[in-house]
Amino acid sequence: MRHLLSIEDLQRADIERILDRADSFAEVAGREIKKVPVLRGRTVVNLFYEASTRTSSSFELAAKRLSADVVSIRAAGSSVDKGESLKDTVQTLSAYDPVAVVVRHPHVGAAALVARWSRAAVVNAGDGKHEHPTQALLDVYTLRTRLGALDGARIWIVGDVLHSRVARSNILAFRRMGAEVTACGPPTLIPRGIEALGCRVSYSLDGLGEADVVYALRMQRERMTEAFVPSLREYAARYQIHGGRLSPGQLLMHPGPVNRGLELAGEVVDSPQAIIADQVEAGVIVRMAVLFELLAAPPPAAPQRAAEPAAAEAPA
Amino acid sequence: MSLLSGAASAPVDAVVRGARLVDPRRALDDVCDLVVRGGVIAELAPPGVSAAHEEIDEIDGSGRHLLPAFVDPHVHLRVPGDEHEEDIDSGTRAAAAGGFCAVVAMPNTNPPVDAAPVLRALRDDASRVARVPVGFLAAITRGRAGHELTEMAELRDAGALGFTDDGGAVVSAGVLRRALQYQRLCGGVVALHEEDPSLSGDGVMHEGEVSALLGLAGVPSVSESTMVARDAALAGYEDARVHVLHVSAAESVEAIAAAKAAGVALSAEVCPHHLTLTDRALAPVPETRLKMNPPLRAERDRRALVAGLRDGTIDCVATDHAPHAHEEKDAPFEQAPMGTTGLETAFAALHTDLVLTGELSLPVLVERMTAGAAVYGLPTPTIAVGEPANLCLADLRVDWEVGESGYESRSENCCFAGRRLTGRVLVTIAAGALAHRDRSLSTVAA
Repeated sequence: MRHLLSIEDLQRADIERILDRADSFAEVAGREIKKVPVLRGRTVVNLFYEASTRTSSSFELAAKRLSADVVSIRAAGSSVDKGESLKDTVQTLSAYDPVAVVVRHPHVGAAALVARWSRAAVVNAGDGKHEHPTQALLDVYTLRTRLGALDGARIWIVGDVLHSRVARSNILAFRRMGAEVTACGPPTLIPRGIEALGCRVSYSLDGLGEADVVYALRMQRERMTEAFVPSLREYAARYQIHGGRLSPGQLLMHPGPVNRGLELAGEVVDSPQAIIADQVEAGVIVRMAVLFELLAAPPPAAPQRAAEPAAAEAPA
Repeated sequence: MSLLSGAASAPVDAVVRGARLVDPRRALDDVCDLVVRGGVIAELAPPGVSAAHEEIDEIDGSGRHLLPAFVDPHVHLRVPGDEHEEDIDSGTRAAAAGGFCAVVAMPNTNPPVDAAPVLRALRDDASRVARVPVGFLAAITRGRAGHELTEMAELRDAGALGFTDDGGAVVSAGVLRRALQYQRLCGGVVALHEEDPSLSGDGVMHEGEVSALLGLAGVPSVSESTMVARDAALAGYEDARVHVLHVSAAESVEAIAAAKAAGVALSAEVCPHHLTLTDRALAPVPETRLKMNPPLRAERDRRALVAGLRDGTIDCVATDHAPHAHEEKDAPFEQAPMGTTGLETAFAALHTDLVLTGELSLPVLVERMTAGAAVYGLPTPTIAVGEPANLCLADLRVDWEVGESGYESRSENCCFAGRRLTGRVLVTIAAGALAHRDRSLSTVAA
């Protein structure tokens, strides 16, 4: 694997290999000195064009625990503010010869463009409303740890699917791992054609009882002013996950940060069914595994006879 | 006053020998020699019959097709204001290279063509540098802002072929109605970019499965078709003459068919990219050269457009040639401007993807690529003795890669870049003058 741009590019075996590696890094996370020397002397650039706390900090920690030198760049206050194009910024940073660039950007396909413009391995840390593949991997990791396997598991993703890159990556990843996925939310926040990703659509929580896992999405307050929903009050009345709606035995997930009292009631966030802290914890080791996969994993067996034809053609 | 402006060039004296002449309006489909004298078609004769002509060009047409040259009713020449993207010289060179003998330029420039002095300056410029004659549309509303009508009568007197706020719709039905009423005074076709901005919103591609997968905001088909239906109703009520620009959705084709059946004086155009490409081409990574407005839609839309073009519901092909600077397109998809160039690839793309696949016959394609003239009341190029020479010599066997030897256009944002196409324009004669000659073409002096 050269880059991690989209869950679409991954087969189930790829996901399992990365998550198995994350398991081996879980042991490192338990040590007093949480470092392995895999990327010593190599540079990883974190390029974040959007505000992020957990994603950027966990990528930074992941790279540092692999002993890489890390440069973190935020759009605010940087040359980006001075009108530099994404392409020029990437070419400037290429002068540091990074082995990997982790990029978050408000526009779809930005990570793929960075991959085109740079020689480094590129990890998509969120491109607009398109994908957030490492979030999906850490969510699969968290669930795999809890459930053993996702095969046949019924997962409901509830909320603002339209504006959610997490929803898109997770639907694809959960499907790859054999789960059945339902996307649930108000019709104004479910994109037309989303069934093509392999999920069912429900506009009400009526069937939520069947779910093994309830994955709530963050509801952004500006969606109300944009008239996607009549009011946050009505949204919460129909779609909030609270104690009365969460059945015993169901696991509750959320990509964070949580709006308590909006998409999730406080009581379920604090309940033992919520595995939101596990997700955050998995973030570092899964991102270590992703960097390892791209930068340190042995390459697939090279063609054995690559050198021979040239030798044969050499003049006698 | 002539409706078209172009630089005066020496009239052609030439004979094209042994080409297959195809002009569907004349039911012509024959191998003939064709002689042009003084820029006028002087003789059509069976091969070898016409005598050797001294001191005129001999062009070898054997195995090639000689067609009436095409007319593009929709191009953006970017003058005034965006000369770094295109100008009249480069844009009309691109037109000639694509086999076009006339083009109609849109007024959404900077400043827009919303006052007679701007139009007069453009026509003056064109009369000095245009390789092929250019007709100009003027804006319907001042500043294309959608509120107040331009001085339509004066603009007509200054040579406006018609009116359009292309690039955006006339959102207010009341304002459009006034323009259609005023048309009774000043004439001039009113050409409509059909898009309801409250439905298209911040959409950047067709709304459907692919937009759901990519997380890109969608432009639903109904943002176009509802406006087609509304404006057809207004045109019918006011007995106006309207033209629907760049139709992209199956529902719009239905609305156009219904309006025509009801007797509305309405015509419509469709672009090569909408006839040959779909939103599937945007996955997995959307390329900005495939971003245009209206967007590439689904396969069912593409099929409906081809069927509509075939049966005449859609009257003509238009390129909507929309050049953009390289650095503007070299950006994330959502940030890039909308538009693709198209003049140099229109015929080859449609020949490759529609004629060679059997979806459209060559004579119908030729008819639809010349029918844009009649939309604006311009003479339709035709192959007959006594007619001005507006001719396109094409070799339908030649394979070439789009962009392999650059473009005549100043911009390179072509949706077909890198595609191999079959069929190449070798010679274009526009208004009796040689406008384009492919470098590969060998000529033999008589």
